[in-house]
Amino acid sequence: MVLEMKNIKKSFGDVEVLKDISLAVDTSEVVSIIGPSGSGKSTLLRCATFLETIDSGEISYTGTPAVTTGADGKAEYVGPAELRKAKQHFGLVFQNFNLFPHYSVMKNITDAPINVQKRDKDEVFAEAEELLRKMDLSHRADAYPCQLSGGQQQRVAIARALAMNPAILFFDEPTSALDPELTGEVLKVIRQLAEDKMTMVVVTHEMPFARSVSNRVIFMDGGVIVEQGDPEEVFGNPTQERTKQFLKNYQQ
Amino acid sequence: MSCQVMLSSMGEGMLRTLAIFFLTILFSMPLGMVVTLLRRSRFKIISGIMKVYIAIMRGTPLMLQLLAWYFGPYYLFGASIRGYRFAAIIIGFTMNYAAYFAEIYRGGIESISAGQYEAAEVLGYSKTQTFFKIILPQVMKTIMPSVTNEIITLVKDTSLAFALAYNEMFAIAKQIAASQTSFTPYVVAGVFYFVMNYVVAFVMERVEKSMDYYS
Repeated sequence: MVLEMKNIKKSFGDVEVLKDISLAVDTSEVVSIIGPSGSGKSTLLRCATFLETIDSGEISYTGTPAVTTGADGKAEYVGPAELRKAKQHFGLVFQNFNLFPHYSVMKNITDAPINVQKRDKDEVFAEAEELLRKMDLSHRADAYPCQLSGGQQQRVAIARALAMNPAILFFDEPTSALDPELTGEVLKVIRQLAEDKMTMVVVTHEMPFARSVSNRVIFMDGGVIVEQGDPEEVFGNPTQERTKQFLKNYQQ
Repeated sequence: MSCQVMLSSMGEGMLRTLAIFFLTILFSMPLGMVVTLLRRSRFKIISGIMKVYIAIMRGTPLMLQLLAWYFGPYYLFGASIRGYRFAAIIIGFTMNYAAYFAEIYRGGIESISAGQYEAAEVLGYSKTQTFFKIILPQVMKTIMPSVTNEIITLVKDTSLAFALAYNEMFAIAKQIAASQTSFTPYVVAGVFYFVMNYVVAFVMERVEKSMDYYS
């Protein structure tokens, strides 16, 4: 398993956002998470990427625990050095891209591999050029984020995450900030990654995309996983009333 | 008094004015960064102390602060203040301007979106790297107009050093004006401040332009 999350609980104040959620993702698996706003989808990703601290539960990457259960039953995070190592296993693509505005496209992609992972510069640049070619952005290497369209910015953000060579890539509503016109070019890139056997977890509202690209679809509501399984099953023949209702609302 | 004598004694004053100006910039801008970082500390005592410090520096006249810095050691500890005049001026200006710069920096730092910190964190940047590589360059760009304002104010505020009977340019202009019953020294002083601020604005505009490559 690339990622294993067990019995995750997370509250913001009195509101329990994640109620005992478990999620395991295998190598080369593409998992889509769908569900209404406030269902806890994004929070789950933010917990997986350590942007939020879980209250209880366990998280491990490629078999190495990053969060375990302490003696008091609460979540216990590993030390800073080990946590930094655990972070090397994943990448995250944000809804709002969050590119560094003062860095060129090339520097956005290469800076962390060079200055965080301390990798060889020539190697990193060669890899970045290859990534830009894949993203169809070779001609924009010297541009700054403000000079790019939203779709282009998001593709740079994907390249930036991939340059770290993560074992798993998380997407937090990667097309929600884009015009419908630009959504397609980003989805195309994610689809391409799926074909290249990249392990991915995608939180999305793009139902047809989730249906066609993923190996497994998870429907979340009210902080729990209501239903999950093969996309054709979940979309074509949902068993839970709540899932049916949600999908019906979407079709209207 | 000939024009030449007047200009040469005012010229000497200008050098003292420039010394106050440059030393204040040199010390207060970095000190302001320290103050703003402490002001943002999660320890309530530290941030509280900084809040009080900033409130006092902004809430009382700079002239009064200069007097306090100069005469304070004598009234409080009976210490000799001979030869301490210039140091008191620099301390007074630096402490006052650091408070203003701190608030400008704080505004800049808080204008950076949480997403920038999160992106840096996920990419594995350390806290120090995040601050110096990602946050600070963007802060510099946003605060530049306010910093320019502050520096221009400082040019004019240097004249407050006369309160400690320090012979910077404006103090000399007043003396000459009084003894010669002439308004000319004031005109010369005005031209000097104007020219100097013109240079400051010009330089700062250049600095701003150099950061114009992104928005």
